[in-house]
Amino acid sequence: MLTIQSGKIKPVLFLLLLLPLGMLAYRFYSDGFGANPIETINRYTGDWALRILLLTLAFSPFIRITRWHNIIQYRRMVGLFAFFYVCVHLTSYIVLDQFFDFSEIIDDVFKRPFITAGFSAFILLIPLAVTSTNKMVERLQYRWIQLHRLIYLIAMLAVLHFWWMVKVDTREPMIYAAILAVLLGFRLIYYIKSKI
Amino acid sequence: MLLKTSKPTDLKESDITDQAVYKDRRKFLQKSASITALSLAPSLMLPTMASADIGFDKIIKSDFSTKDELTPQDAITSYNNFYELGLDKGDPKRNAQQLKVKPWNVLVSGECEETGEYALEDFISPGKLEERIYRLRCVEAWSMVVPWVGVELGPILKRFKPTSKAKYVEFKTILDPENLPGQKREVLEWPYREGLRIDEAMHPLTILAVGLYGKELPNQNGAPLRLVVPWKYGFKSIKSIVSITFLEEQPATSWNIAGPREYGFYSNVNPSVDHPRWSQKRERRIGEFLKRETLPFNGYADEVASLYSGMDLKEHF
Repeated sequence: MLTIQSGKIKPVLFLLLLLPLGMLAYRFYSDGFGANPIETINRYTGDWALRILLLTLAFSPFIRITRWHNIIQYRRMVGLFAFFYVCVHLTSYIVLDQFFDFSEIIDDVFKRPFITAGFSAFILLIPLAVTSTNKMVERLQYRWIQLHRLIYLIAMLAVLHFWWMVKVDTREPMIYAAILAVLLGFRLIYYIKSKI
Repeated sequence: MLLKTSKPTDLKESDITDQAVYKDRRKFLQKSASITALSLAPSLMLPTMASADIGFDKIIKSDFSTKDELTPQDAITSYNNFYELGLDKGDPKRNAQQLKVKPWNVLVSGECEETGEYALEDFISPGKLEERIYRLRCVEAWSMVVPWVGVELGPILKRFKPTSKAKYVEFKTILDPENLPGQKREVLEWPYREGLRIDEAMHPLTILAVGLYGKELPNQNGAPLRLVVPWKYGFKSIKSIVSITFLEEQPATSWNIAGPREYGFYSNVNPSVDHPRWSQKRERRIGEFLKRETLPFNGYADEVASLYSGMDLKEHF
């Protein structure tokens, strides 16, 4: 029987979560990013930020189905990686796309709904990242749980951010929306069941 | 007599870039951007039958050409919005062979005396091919500098003797959902259609392009015949045209149907009218890091602003 030594999971997961960034670096050195590198980098980092964000929401349904409770200990790392990729994505927008043109950036944040949604998601993620330490969990107790429910809103904003950006082909954001709907729907069903 | 038939997937000699040239492409392109190299380029080319027919061997230079640095050919041919060949910018190049360009006919109809269906060679024949180096500004806020080869649209349109009722010209792209992967889904109303007011169509800056970088137009760039209207956003410059219709009323256009708030009929490049979802003040020239200011009418205001005198361009965006 295959046994998994939990001590080895963490570093492996850490490296796996770094892989998207590694792939980005690899592409930079191999074939470049095509005719519009800044757009490519921006889309790529955005894609991975969203994927890893949704991955954090997959933990609790997964545990309920598999009863593999141990893996909950890795959720914090995945969540922090989601925040990390959001930061990389935002940096690529501020530095590469707008090159610190803050009047344009402020315009974008307030006038373009898809950027308003994305930026709000980033702002709301900050308190979650800040309160991710053991100490904070202990100090906040039940309020920590309440605070971290923000992730549902954040994930919805992130999907909207993508959906409102595309011109006509909404297939890809629809896939993410569907995954999010399943992940949140599972919670809803579980919540309703627990009330009955 | 030996007849060699070529499969559509066969590469032509002209399709293959020499490895050394490819490796050294930036330097090569810089060199070819210089006027001397460009004037030599056509004579170095091996003309195919069709290109010889419509005169790729004697391309005339034009005063309308910009002096801006050319965008590299591999960028122009690998970063395309041509939804008929796929929605990703890289798809049109990948799926280019799905567009069948030979034989090619253009149907001329509507408010004109000489309606009919014309073979491409007859359609282009009276025009002398010119090189027009134009700025291309996409509505998505990126831009390129493209050395088109083509003919002015105005003299071609006049051959069909438009009547006094001809106030607009409508263009349609080929409809071929069996071959064109993008037309299997209704992301836009197919066939793609665009339109110009007759005075815009007759303006000397407006051309029909048949070539790029001194050679026949690659399929992903709208072969074999596409419109180029350099003072309007790129989507107005409709690709792979099979139909031209003179109309009394303003025609419906594809992007305007898809998003009337976002894409107007005129769609003149205008830094002071934002797209609802992004700013149009600046643009990223492909190959450059910092964005540059977008110019009214894409820098062609001296030539075309008078077409719109008295019009509120914020309303008629």
